[in-house]
Amino acid sequence: MATASGLFLSEQNRFLVRRLLRNRAFVVGATLVAIVLLAILLAPVLTNGEPNRLAIRMRFRPPSGDFPFGTDNLGRDMFARVLYGGRLSLEIGLWVVVLNAVFGILLGALAGYFQRLDGPLMRLADALMAFPSVLLAIGIAAALGASATTAVIALAVVYIPRTARILRASVLVVRELDYVHASRAAGANDWHILFRHVLPNCMAPLLVQLSFVFAYAVLSEAVLSFLGLGAPPTVPSWGILIAEGRSYIREAWWLTVLPGTAIAITVLGLNLLGDGLRDVLDPRMKIEQS
Amino acid sequence: MLAYLVKRLLQAIPILAIVSLLSFGLIKLVPGDPAVVMGGTTATFEEIEQIRRNLGLDRPVYVQIGAFYWNLLQGDLGNSLLLGQPVVGAIVERLPVTLWLASYALALTIVLGLATGIIAALQHNTWIDQVATGIALIGVSLPNFWLGLVMIVVFSVHLGWLPTSGYVAPTDDLAGFFRTATMPATALALLQIGLLTRITRSAMLEVLRQDYVRTARAKGLSEWSVVMKHALANAMIPVVTVIGLIFSVLISGSIVIETVFTVPGMGSLLGNAILRRDYPMIQGGLLFVAAALMMLNLAVDMLYAYFDPRVRVQ
Repeated sequence: MATASGLFLSEQNRFLVRRLLRNRAFVVGATLVAIVLLAILLAPVLTNGEPNRLAIRMRFRPPSGDFPFGTDNLGRDMFARVLYGGRLSLEIGLWVVVLNAVFGILLGALAGYFQRLDGPLMRLADALMAFPSVLLAIGIAAALGASATTAVIALAVVYIPRTARILRASVLVVRELDYVHASRAAGANDWHILFRHVLPNCMAPLLVQLSFVFAYAVLSEAVLSFLGLGAPPTVPSWGILIAEGRSYIREAWWLTVLPGTAIAITVLGLNLLGDGLRDVLDPRMKIEQS
Repeated sequence: MLAYLVKRLLQAIPILAIVSLLSFGLIKLVPGDPAVVMGGTTATFEEIEQIRRNLGLDRPVYVQIGAFYWNLLQGDLGNSLLLGQPVVGAIVERLPVTLWLASYALALTIVLGLATGIIAALQHNTWIDQVATGIALIGVSLPNFWLGLVMIVVFSVHLGWLPTSGYVAPTDDLAGFFRTATMPATALALLQIGLLTRITRSAMLEVLRQDYVRTARAKGLSEWSVVMKHALANAMIPVVTVIGLIFSVLISGSIVIETVFTVPGMGSLLGNAILRRDYPMIQGGLLFVAAALMMLNLAVDMLYAYFDPRVRVQ
């Protein structure tokens, strides 16, 4: 029995992978994200490895063979700063995704499966979602004080209610399916049903949502950093680089334009990836963005 | 209809209660002593004591909550530390600027988003569709404040067509309004244009497949009348629901866009309050915006219920 279902699943997975690889949006998106990740991981090899090395005599060099992204007001190599800055931006995005997965599953499953918890949990989610997302993140980050951890917490609090709502919606549907009733009739307890039968069948919309959360988190982190609510400027993130470049926008356009392009490529890749996943995994799901 | 309104208003009360509690709790999240944080590094002991007394932070928490709600019910959100002016007054003064800007952005969003979405759906799977969806996708992937900066580089610094900052009220000088507000409104609208294009396109594709569209074509109606009268009217249902949402995102997006273009509206008021740790202003501003947007969404839902009776019965 176990081996039979195992074989069936892997065949289904192979089928899904084949369909994903035939989906143009997914392939383009995954390629863009892979290029960004590779460039960031290989930053020590691709650049001089010193994003903070000052060279005042080299200041404000436009992009050239020596400095592909030019240099800033202190002569620092922008190519190194953008690649190293991406580490922090993506790290913050990744933590937001992890927190969203954990708490989104927990709260969404509780609300969807245990009807008594549904009302209170969803009212709380409504209240949090009554604040437009950027506004709430700014409020929380402004209260907690500027740091990378603050940005992660603020963005996680903003997106968790949305993720939990999506998971709750699928739990509500799956909960009423015949095999769940069958399992209950066979004497399985709630936790067993929830974790073994219900949740595994709610993963597709969650995966799609998480890829979009990643994209929003990278975008919003840039907004927070730009407003002075992100990480301190000693370790640059993409948002901080844009904010710093803003003062020299007349003399050195590359200081603002290039870090923003890095954000755009990353977010575009993640959005395409999410679109592709949605088309393949869950054709019914409508555009769910806010 | 009235019953539905009453029901929705009753549902709004607990949400407003939690929203206001969140806004009150904001200052409790400040690590350490909020009075010291607000005073900054140069404040003397007496100044910090003064801030603490002014904000009532020296009193027990339950007294603070009581005072907060008592004042709130009288429409008083406290005083801004920076401006020395009531928070509500400061917001109301600058609100028209933000509303004009957001309305301009909303008009751009609706016209461009709808048109692109409809054209893409009608030209489904042609290169026109691919270009339109491609542009929409890029639109939802760009950081809007960065786009604002890029526009400043191109149109102000290099071409010298538009001013980098400032604001002229449309009631004073309409041409001046368009000169100053076009770049901020475009930066604000871009993401929403992309979003609306995607939603309109998928709603139109869905509707164009329906039997009544085929019937309309079969009985010999012109393509214009099929698309504009029969298809578009039904595709509007999901589109109308997101317009309220779009307006609230435009308002909250104004915090960063008004900061980029130094537009003297509510957004830059809040942006400055954040930079200078003016907590009463931040708390009051966030609460005001959240409550106003809730009311706006309620109004949109009422309109929706008016046009689609099925919503009322649910």
